[in-house]
Amino acid sequence: MAGSHHGSAVGYHHISRRDFIKLTTVALGSLMGAVIGLPAIGYLVDPALKAGGKEAWIPLGPLEKFEVGKPTPVTFIRSKVNGWEKTANSYGVFVLRKSDAPTDVMVLSNRCTHLSCRVNWKEEQQAYLCPCHDAAFDINGAVLGGPPPRPLDKYAGENLKVEDGVVHIFFAEG
Amino acid sequence: MSRFGSTTMWKKLYAWLDERLGLNDLYKATLDRPEPRGNWWNTLGSASLFLFLLQGATGIFLTVYYTPSPDHAYDSITYIMNGVAFGWLIRGIHHWGSSLMVLIVFIHMLRVFVTASYKYPRELTWLIGVGLLLLTMGMGFTGYLLPWNQKAYWATTVGTAIAGSVPVVGEFIMKVLRGSSDLSALTLSRFFSAHIWMLPAALAGLIGVHLYLIIKHGESEFPGRDD
Repeated sequence: MAGSHHGSAVGYHHISRRDFIKLTTVALGSLMGAVIGLPAIGYLVDPALKAGGKEAWIPLGPLEKFEVGKPTPVTFIRSKVNGWEKTANSYGVFVLRKSDAPTDVMVLSNRCTHLSCRVNWKEEQQAYLCPCHDAAFDINGAVLGGPPPRPLDKYAGENLKVEDGVVHIFFAEG
Repeated sequence: MSRFGSTTMWKKLYAWLDERLGLNDLYKATLDRPEPRGNWWNTLGSASLFLFLLQGATGIFLTVYYTPSPDHAYDSITYIMNGVAFGWLIRGIHHWGSSLMVLIVFIHMLRVFVTASYKYPRELTWLIGVGLLLLTMGMGFTGYLLPWNQKAYWATTVGTAIAGSVPVVGEFIMKVLRGSSDLSALTLSRFFSAHIWMLPAALAGLIGVHLYLIIKHGESEFPGRDD
């Protein structure tokens, strides 16, 4: 730590006692601040780093249970742990077999795409109606009227499978 | 200061701030004041202050997850210890720091007593110090209940029952401390309130006066052969 380039007035270039104490205090203080401060940041942001929704294949029931041509409601419950609190959330879908073919199945979420109310299938109107703001969707989930910005969410392709005659959807928690 | 590479701009900025905030005077009064020849026993007051700030900082962080309700207090602390990154560290520092603070404050008091530093003109500094010691113990007592485990529950049952043994008004004091006749949700929430608001506010205020008096009177000389 010889500060020769400072051209100290004294002959030799020792750091002064005062400056040494200052430097040590700053260095130790910064170290202690970092040891407490950095973990503290991790501590604060930790939930955001962990909050990934759970994903799972949910069995909705055997094909025989679902009448061809008529949407059938199925509900299931997913539990979620947030910190020390465990909550159970109920979710609902409509399963529609379009024909006798075991793969000809369509699954729609019952959550209205407007403000997340639950829609109901009305057989006489052949439409899903939302009780909140009069939204209407047709049997395939397309918007017939009302405020919804997009069709009902659909479980299809990779998110839908029929295994051993049982309909499954791939459910990812939001 | 040029040793630490400050440029003209920083110097100007510092000068501007110093002119308005009196930083140099503040620095001289707090950190650069003349000291009598002392030893390591003279550092215990600063150590107490450091521990107070450390307990304050870690305590603030603990309130991010801690829930002062009988339903969730224990679970939330289990979560801090096992579920949150570095939760064990933050709570560990707070837990051990509390014992250390009581210890350091007490030894600090002993030092002041042994070196007779409580005498004129520092009697009020001493009296306020007594208040600070009591408040520190109050912090220890109220904080002990917050984990809401068996040890905490029974320690507080016994501690408040001791207050209840005071003649005539004991029963009343105990009920005030507990918020009810038995330990309950009311006890936990009022201990929490005392632990994070009332006692720290009182501590901070008295520490301010304590420090002011120390700066005003300076540190006492150790008594010599003739004293």
